[in-house]
Amino acid sequence: MSRHRGLQLESHKAQPFEQPLLVAPPPRVATMALDQGSGEEAEAVVEPGHSVRVGTVIALGRGAAAGLHSPVSGIVRDIGLRPTVRGTGRCIVIESDGHDEREAGMAPLDWRAKDSTALLECIGAAGVAGLGGAAFPTAAKLELARSTGAELLLLNGAECEPWICCDDALLREQSAAVVLGAQVMLAACGARHCIIAVEDDKPQAIASLESALSSAGDARLEVTVLPAVFPLGAEGPLVAAVTGREVPHDGLPPQVGVVCQNVGTAAAVARLVCEGLPVVSRIVTVTGSGILRPANVQAHIGTPLADLVAACGGYLGSQHTLIAGGSLTGRALTSDAVPVTKGLNCLLVATPADLPARGAEMPCIRCGDCAGVCPAGLLPQQLHVAAQADDAAALTRFGLAACIECGCCDYVCPSAIPLTARFRAARERQQLRERERRRATDARARHERHQRRLHEQAAAERQAFDEARRRARGVDQTGD
Amino acid sequence: MTSPTTSPPHIVAGFTVPRVMFQVLLALVPVAAVQAYLHGPRLLWLIAVAGATALACEALALRLRQRSARPHLRDGSVLVTAALLVLAVPPTLPWWLVAFGTAVAVLIAKHAYGGLGQNPFNPAMVGYAVLLVSFPLDMTSWPTPGAEWDAVTGATALDTLRTSLRQSYTMQEIFAGPAFGHVGGAGSEWINGGALAGGLYLLARRVIRWQIPVAVLAGIAVPAMLAHGLDPGAHAGTAFHLASGATMLGAFFIATDPVSAATTDRGRLIYGAGIGMLTWIIRSWGGFPDGVAFAVLIMNLAVPLIDRYTVPRIYGHPRK
Amino acid sequence: MSGTTLLPAIGMAATLAGVLGAVLAWVAARLPADPDSLVEKIDALLPQTQCGQCRYPGCRPYAAAIASGAADIDRCPPGGDSTARALAALLDRRPRPVDPQYGVTKPRLVAVIDEDRCIGCALCLPACPVDAIVGAPRLMHTVIESQCTGCELCLPPCPVDCITMAPPGTRSSMSDEASVAA
Repeated sequence: MSRHRGLQLESHKAQPFEQPLLVAPPPRVATMALDQGSGEEAEAVVEPGHSVRVGTVIALGRGAAAGLHSPVSGIVRDIGLRPTVRGTGRCIVIESDGHDEREAGMAPLDWRAKDSTALLECIGAAGVAGLGGAAFPTAAKLELARSTGAELLLLNGAECEPWICCDDALLREQSAAVVLGAQVMLAACGARHCIIAVEDDKPQAIASLESALSSAGDARLEVTVLPAVFPLGAEGPLVAAVTGREVPHDGLPPQVGVVCQNVGTAAAVARLVCEGLPVVSRIVTVTGSGILRPANVQAHIGTPLADLVAACGGYLGSQHTLIAGGSLTGRALTSDAVPVTKGLNCLLVATPADLPARGAEMPCIRCGDCAGVCPAGLLPQQLHVAAQADDAAALTRFGLAACIECGCCDYVCPSAIPLTARFRAARERQQLRERERRRATDARARHERHQRRLHEQAAAERQAFDEARRRARGVDQTGD
Repeated sequence: MTSPTTSPPHIVAGFTVPRVMFQVLLALVPVAAVQAYLHGPRLLWLIAVAGATALACEALALRLRQRSARPHLRDGSVLVTAALLVLAVPPTLPWWLVAFGTAVAVLIAKHAYGGLGQNPFNPAMVGYAVLLVSFPLDMTSWPTPGAEWDAVTGATALDTLRTSLRQSYTMQEIFAGPAFGHVGGAGSEWINGGALAGGLYLLARRVIRWQIPVAVLAGIAVPAMLAHGLDPGAHAGTAFHLASGATMLGAFFIATDPVSAATTDRGRLIYGAGIGMLTWIIRSWGGFPDGVAFAVLIMNLAVPLIDRYTVPRIYGHPRK
Repeated sequence: MSGTTLLPAIGMAATLAGVLGAVLAWVAARLPADPDSLVEKIDALLPQTQCGQCRYPGCRPYAAAIASGAADIDRCPPGGDSTARALAALLDRRPRPVDPQYGVTKPRLVAVIDEDRCIGCALCLPACPVDAIVGAPRLMHTVIESQCTGCELCLPPCPVDCITMAPPGTRSSMSDEASVAA
């Protein structure tokens, strides 16, 4: 048993490696979701009728959304609502002309000659975002690391969740790219060394990575092997496991000197400097008992998942649940027309055998198993009581904000209580309450200013009146 | 194609309350077997009576509370309560007292507080305590080991120890008496052995966590060792205490009842230690021969306070 | 208990009670609670709508009235039952629902000025307790939606009835993120 809190689960990661890495053809129709997984939408800069080429900017980055580039050459057909991972979302729909012409001016970058600011600009312009799932703009993250003076770049190759193995495939086949990407990122953010963390259930990936590192001969980079515990690949537990430091609950990793990036993101940066190509593709694991030939697929962003399923031999059997992600934190999908996004790392086509039915919910028996597995050190049974009572003070005291929604507590609960779903709902209610509180505080401040203003106005009017009266009296006395 | 959706996490471990309870019942088999061997098969009859009463009371209570009875009757938690109660009382107890105690445990200690997961007190111990104060004579007459099964009844080793010390017998004289075996009370030491075996099984299967049993045993052993070291003539040693009375049953089965115990790891250590120490104190100076039941009930009172002050540090929050 | 121990026992208990009571009274007199801090705490729980439905000219006067005992905690419809419960918890009283004679709890609405009908008389500007209406005499007026508390005090002064209450987001007026930080 590892000293890291969490679960040791059956990994289900062997099957996709019975095939080599598949390269899926570009889609006939690319559906580019403006929200690529971060929760915020990029700003579309094309309109229906525009013609685009591979690498043309179709949306500008905004806030937590990175910029978006066309993966095919063709014509923009429509901008509207389409099925996405979150249900529906606004998408730019591009019909491919089949030629895959690239945008002019794309060329390899001489990254060693550029300073960090220029590198960050290139990375930002290429729409590089967190390919581990959060899809947060990489340039912004590296910029924050640079300004805070983070000295460690931590590349996350842990991939702790069952079924997902796209990072494993990437490390086995493209370790050199990951190493190159790490070097570029080090130059961009000013970190002094880089640790690539991989879990011990990926021996081939570790071997491939170590040979790539010895070829590169860069002493700043090294590999760390972690035990295969879920959710050691989450940012908080990962930083603690590798560095021994904890990210403060109200802060970010750069505050403890670390910046985390996914290995896939590093590979995307490498592609950028080698070919000048912005992010238009990623590796997706297509797996599950409901797929004929599970495999890892190098797919273009915007490819409908149905195409990937077809590339893997199609569905097996009739009863499936489609999940974007792994079996613990993945999102269930309503249709396979959902397109690949930068944040989508796995399509799990699960049969009822893969997802054992949850029993009926029983009362909590206070067994404490949930607290034993919580990686954030929380007490889920207390949070559960507080969530049911909607007790805001208790929810804050027991640290609801620190919950990473990993699902470990749910997994072990003998009473089959849907804890994660309850905490998510409670968190939304807390945020709503916070917003109300802030609005009330602002209203009070404005009201006080309003009172003061009226006060001052009245005082000014009185003063003016007194002045006028005095002047009038003065005239009376002198004149008359 | 559309497909049915589930909410994350999509998989569960498959531990269920009935599975946990079944494991506990399984772990109680060694104790029950030893006790039945020593004191006769009447024990099994009592277990049957208690089990049937428990299920009937649970069904009645759920009906009164307008809840569906099926899932709760199947979860086996009342059967564990019934079994623990029967194993704690003398096997010569009239069956209707066993039924009465079980009814008190299920109806009052469990359902009056809200049913599964809501009882602040250990139901089996509440039933035992009510029986003890209401029918003290029946509850303190244990059969003497070696005698015929339903023949002579007398005091337990713990009881004998206390009264004999008061009558100024020496330790050697007391331990030579018929109520004493190799280490602890005759017969009682085998029962404790059976309970220990069952408890270790539960630990190995991760049904219970180590904090409570270890703390209870330490809570009994450490004061016993100190007192015996300071005044061997007035206090029995560690081995005796660990092998007598309901020590092992209490440490592994009674104190580990999750609903009435503390919930945090540090809290469990404090809770267990409190039970152990109170047991030793009651045994040494209290009015009752075995202190486990009351020690558990007293510590149940302290659980909300213990839980409040042993909240672990959350990741990312400063170490105080 | 025998007669010889009963009277001394009662006497001791009574003396103890008297002494402890006197100590408590002395402490209470020497360490009075800060009345202002109580008003602050009550005001912090109120929604700051400044609507006057509680029959006090704003939330702070109502908070002062609750603190002094002049008003009960059930007068705030915008705060709703949850505010009444929070006040009850703070003041250690029995919780009670909002009294309907002071108003009905509604979801948050904001004032929207119909620009086609607004005549620019500027009578609504001073009525707003949080200065959420922007405008000047004979110029167009508009309500800053993010700052409107929904108090409805601007509706009566308007001579042409061009102000209506609508759910937030119904119409995009001048939403001002920066003013929230001010």
